[in-house]
Amino acid sequence: MLEIKNLHVELEEEGKPILKGVNLTVEAGKVHAIMGPNGSGKSTLSYVLSGRDGYAVTEGSATLDGEELLEMEPEERAAAGLFLAFQYPVEIPGVGNMTFLRTAVNAQRKARGEEELSAGEFLKVVREKAKTLKIDAEMLKRPVNVGFSGGEKKRNEILQMAMLEPRMCILDETDSGLDVDAMKLVAEGVNALRDPGRAFLVITHYQRLLDHIKPDVVHIMADGRIVKTGGPELALEVERNGYADILAEIA
Amino acid sequence: MTAPMTRDARRADTTEARLAAIDLPTGGFTAPARAEALARLGTMGLPARRDEYWRWTDPAKLNAEQPEAGAAFRVDRPIFEGRDKLRLVFEDGVFDAAASDDPVLAGVEIARLSEADRADIHWAKAQYGALEASGQTPVARPFAALNTAAATEGVLIRVTGKAARPLHISYRQSEKTSDVILHHVVRIEEGAELTLLETGTPGARSNVVMEVDVARGARFHHIRPQGRATDRVMVTHLFARVAEDATFKSFTLTTNGKFTRNEAVIEVAGDGATAHIAGAALGDGEDGPFHHDDTVFIDHGAVGCESRQVFKKVLKHGATGVFQGKILVRPGAQKTDGYQISQSLLLDDDSQFLAKPELEIYADDVKCSHGSTTGAIDETALFYLRSRGVPEADAKALLILSFLADAIAEIEDEDLAGDVVARLEDWLARRRG
Repeated sequence: MLEIKNLHVELEEEGKPILKGVNLTVEAGKVHAIMGPNGSGKSTLSYVLSGRDGYAVTEGSATLDGEELLEMEPEERAAAGLFLAFQYPVEIPGVGNMTFLRTAVNAQRKARGEEELSAGEFLKVVREKAKTLKIDAEMLKRPVNVGFSGGEKKRNEILQMAMLEPRMCILDETDSGLDVDAMKLVAEGVNALRDPGRAFLVITHYQRLLDHIKPDVVHIMADGRIVKTGGPELALEVERNGYADILAEIA
Repeated sequence: MTAPMTRDARRADTTEARLAAIDLPTGGFTAPARAEALARLGTMGLPARRDEYWRWTDPAKLNAEQPEAGAAFRVDRPIFEGRDKLRLVFEDGVFDAAASDDPVLAGVEIARLSEADRADIHWAKAQYGALEASGQTPVARPFAALNTAAATEGVLIRVTGKAARPLHISYRQSEKTSDVILHHVVRIEEGAELTLLETGTPGARSNVVMEVDVARGARFHHIRPQGRATDRVMVTHLFARVAEDATFKSFTLTTNGKFTRNEAVIEVAGDGATAHIAGAALGDGEDGPFHHDDTVFIDHGAVGCESRQVFKKVLKHGATGVFQGKILVRPGAQKTDGYQISQSLLLDDDSQFLAKPELEIYADDVKCSHGSTTGAIDETALFYLRSRGVPEADAKALLILSFLADAIAEIEDEDLAGDVVARLEDWLARRRG
C-alpha cells in the first residue's frame, strides 16, 4: 500500500539532510511501528509524507497504491487516502469542530467525485463515532481543539480519522502527553478502525502504546534511516535495553 | 505677487468652500442645534493631514466640495433578507416610501427628520446634536459637526418598550454623484430594548451620524454591514451615551470601499453600564483601492462599567487599515473593566495596518488592557486543514473566519450573526475564482 524508496529529505532553508535513504513498505491490513531516538527523523517522515512545507525531497519516492504522493498537494494526498494524526493538533478558534469535520469530509468526497453528505446524514454518523471515543456533543460544538485537554485533542484526531476513513493512517507520537486511561481510549479507537483494507504507521518513542495497538512489524529509525526491522519483540527489546544496544550492534 | 496662504487660512478656505456647496437647512426644532454646530465647525475647521487623528487617513475626499463619481453597487442578495424586521429604505439619501414598511412597531416611535423638523417641538429637540457636541472634546470631529449643521434627513427613533423585531435602515445608491448626509437620533428609554440594523452604502459620498442615548437598564444592539461598493467614500460617527446598567453593543462589517472612516465616541456614563463595539473589515486591492479607518473613543465616567473594543482587519493587495482607539478612565471611575484589541491579518506583503492604541487612566482600581497585532495566515493551521483534505483556498477562508470570530461574537442574535458569516463567506468565495 505505502511504498517508500530511498527517500532523501533535507530542511529547505538550512539544506540540512534529515532523511538519508528511507526504505519502507507497509502492506494493506498491517500495523507498522517506527521507533527511534529523538532527532532520528521519525516526525519528519510523517510530515514529508503528508506534504508539509519546509522540506526538500532530494531523492527517492513515496507511493500510495502506486501513486506518487510527493508530487501531490496535501489535500490531494488526503483525498487519496492518507491521514496524519498530529503530535500537536492545531487549535482553530472560531471554527466549530463539527463545521471543520463536515468541511473536511465533504471536501474529500468532492475531490473523489462522490456526493457530499447532507447535514442530517453527517450528524448521524459523527454522533455515533464520537460516542465510542467518549466525545460529547459539547466537544463537537466547541472550536477545533480550543481548550481541549491533551487527551481530548488526541481523541479528536482519532475522530477525524474515523470520519475520513483513510486507507493509510500515520500516527505521529499519538501517545505523547497521554495518561494510561486516555491512551487506552485512543488505542481502542484505532483498533476499531483496523481493517484488511487499511494500514497504519505508528510513530512512537515508547513501547507502551504498542501494548495497546499491536504492531505486525517494528522498525527502528536512527539518523534518517531504518536501521533494523523485526516483529513486536523488537519493541520489547527497546523497552528493556534502550536504543544504545541496537545502535551499537549495527554500527 | 500674493503671499503664501497660512495653514489656518487654508483650513478656513476649505471649510468655507465646503459649506458654500451645501444648501444649509433653516427653521424647525433643530435650528438652534444646527446654528451651534455651524459655529463649532467654524472654530475647528475641516481637518487637514497634519492633524494628529488624520495622519493616516487623508480627509481630502471628504473635504472636497463635490464627491468623486462612484459606481453604485448592484445589490443582488440583500443581507438579513427573510428576517422579520421593519425596514426603512433610503436611496441616495432620499426616503423610499414604496420600498419601506409601514413605520408601526409597538413600543417604538419612528419619525423622519425631514418631516419632524417642520415642527418647533419634538422629543428629539434636546438630543439632536447634543452627543455630537459633547463628543467634540478632547478630539475634534469636524465632519460630525458638518453633519449636524447640514443634515436634512435621518430617522428619529424613540423606544419605550421591548421592540418585538429589529428596525432596519437600508441604504441604496443609484446616482453616481450623490452626496448624502444623514443624521439619526435614537433614544432608548429606561428598560427598553432595540436591535437596529443599518445596511448598505447611502451614496457616492456619505456622511452619517447616529446619536444614541441608552437610558437606565435599556439595551441597544446595532449591526451595521456597510455594503460592498468598491467606490464607497464614507465617514460615519456613532455617538452614544450609556446610562446606569444599560447595554450598548455595535458591530460593523466593512467589505470593500476606497475610503471608509468609522468613528465612535461612547460615553460610559452610568454605574454598571456595558459598551461593546466591534468591527470586521476586509479589503482586497485587486477589487479597487481600499482604505478603512476605525477611530474609537471610550470615555469611562462611572463605577463598575465594562467596555470592549474588538477590531479586526483582513487586508490584501495594497489595502490599508487604520485603528485609533482610546480608553479614557476619568477620576472616580473605579472598577472599570476596559478591553481593547485591534488585529490585522495581512494576506500579502503589500498591505499595511497602522494602529494607535491609547490608554489614559485617572482611577487606581481599574482593569484595562489593550493589544494590537499584525500577522499572516498561520502556516501550521493551514497545513492542518489541508492535511484533512480541505483545499488551500477553502482552508484560508476558514482561517480568515477564525480570525474574525471574536468580532462576530459581539453579535448577540445567532441568526443575524449567521447572516453576517454568510456574507463573509460569500465575499471570500468570490475571491477564490
